[in-house]
Amino acid sequence: MSRPVQYNNTVKFAGIPEGYMGEGFMATNFEKVVSLARKNSIWPLPFATSCCGIEFMATAASHYDIARFGSERMSFSPRQCDLLMVMGTISKKMGPILKQVYLQMAEPRWVLAVGACASSGGIFDTYSVMQGIDQVIPVDVYVPGCPPRPEAILDGFMKIQELVHAEGLRRRESEQYKELMNSYGIQ
Amino acid sequence: MALTNEIIQQKLTEKFGDQLSYWDQPYGMLTFVAENNINIKVLQFLYDDEQLKFRFLTDLQAVHYPDNKGAELAVVYHLHNLVDNVRIRFKVFTNIEKPEVFTATGLYEAANFMERETYDFYGVKFIGHPNLIRILNVDEMDYFPMRKEFPLEDQTRIDKDDEMFGR
Repeated sequence: MSRPVQYNNTVKFAGIPEGYMGEGFMATNFEKVVSLARKNSIWPLPFATSCCGIEFMATAASHYDIARFGSERMSFSPRQCDLLMVMGTISKKMGPILKQVYLQMAEPRWVLAVGACASSGGIFDTYSVMQGIDQVIPVDVYVPGCPPRPEAILDGFMKIQELVHAEGLRRRESEQYKELMNSYGIQ
Repeated sequence: MALTNEIIQQKLTEKFGDQLSYWDQPYGMLTFVAENNINIKVLQFLYDDEQLKFRFLTDLQAVHYPDNKGAELAVVYHLHNLVDNVRIRFKVFTNIEKPEVFTATGLYEAANFMERETYDFYGVKFIGHPNLIRILNVDEMDYFPMRKEFPLEDQTRIDKDDEMFGR
């Protein structure tokens, strides 16, 4: 018996930015086009050190499917990445390595701290563990949880998407941004 | 004849006499304390002796006894005779003001990393070690974290961000 054909009618397309449209052309803001493209093709760099990394694996696998957000392309070279996803406990000895990875990423770059350990040190209130990765690199979104469920990671990821979408093209040249970078010793 | 704890104890006592003390057999494992300056001699004797043949260094670490004044730090050697499957263990004590113990790297290659770890966490200086630097902790650390000299919660630390993730 042949199966009935089912069409997926729930596909959601990225919204068309505001602009003036006619037959065969569209005039809109360059910034809007770029942010739309960036938002829906974020290449993540998973920096997974412990159990949050396992949750991330579930997030990336077919059931939760981070590819729905245009992020199926995990990169393990920082140079082609947009989003650094730090998942797990970062010890003080790992700090300089994490910073090195961040420095190797090209602008624009975003950072997602997944889980209690990456955000604040978590239960590891001890001499060897860094109390939050924001001591060495600037963080855009924190995902709470120990470990957070894949839904929470996706929620954090969508918050990053909102940031990417709202970010102006010239934000990275702004004084405030340079000041933030300088506060981390990055020029 | 199987190698028993009594034979080991007898051979060691014949060789070193009063320099070994506190003989005990908790859970059947022969344990004793050696004087600080003869640890390598004991290890070498246990290694070379044709009957004892303790040629595998299972573990090497330290213990801090803060109340044991003048001999606060103990370095513990775990040895294994792989032929007869017999294990023994012995300690040497050292003063925390001048924690110096001879290195076992000449005898066991495995002692290299183990002694670095012991130095890293307890500050025991192994005389003659080829590369006695920190192995697990950050190089900038200026204390020995496993010593029992720290309060459980240090309220003065500043690396905990209480603003957003308070305890």
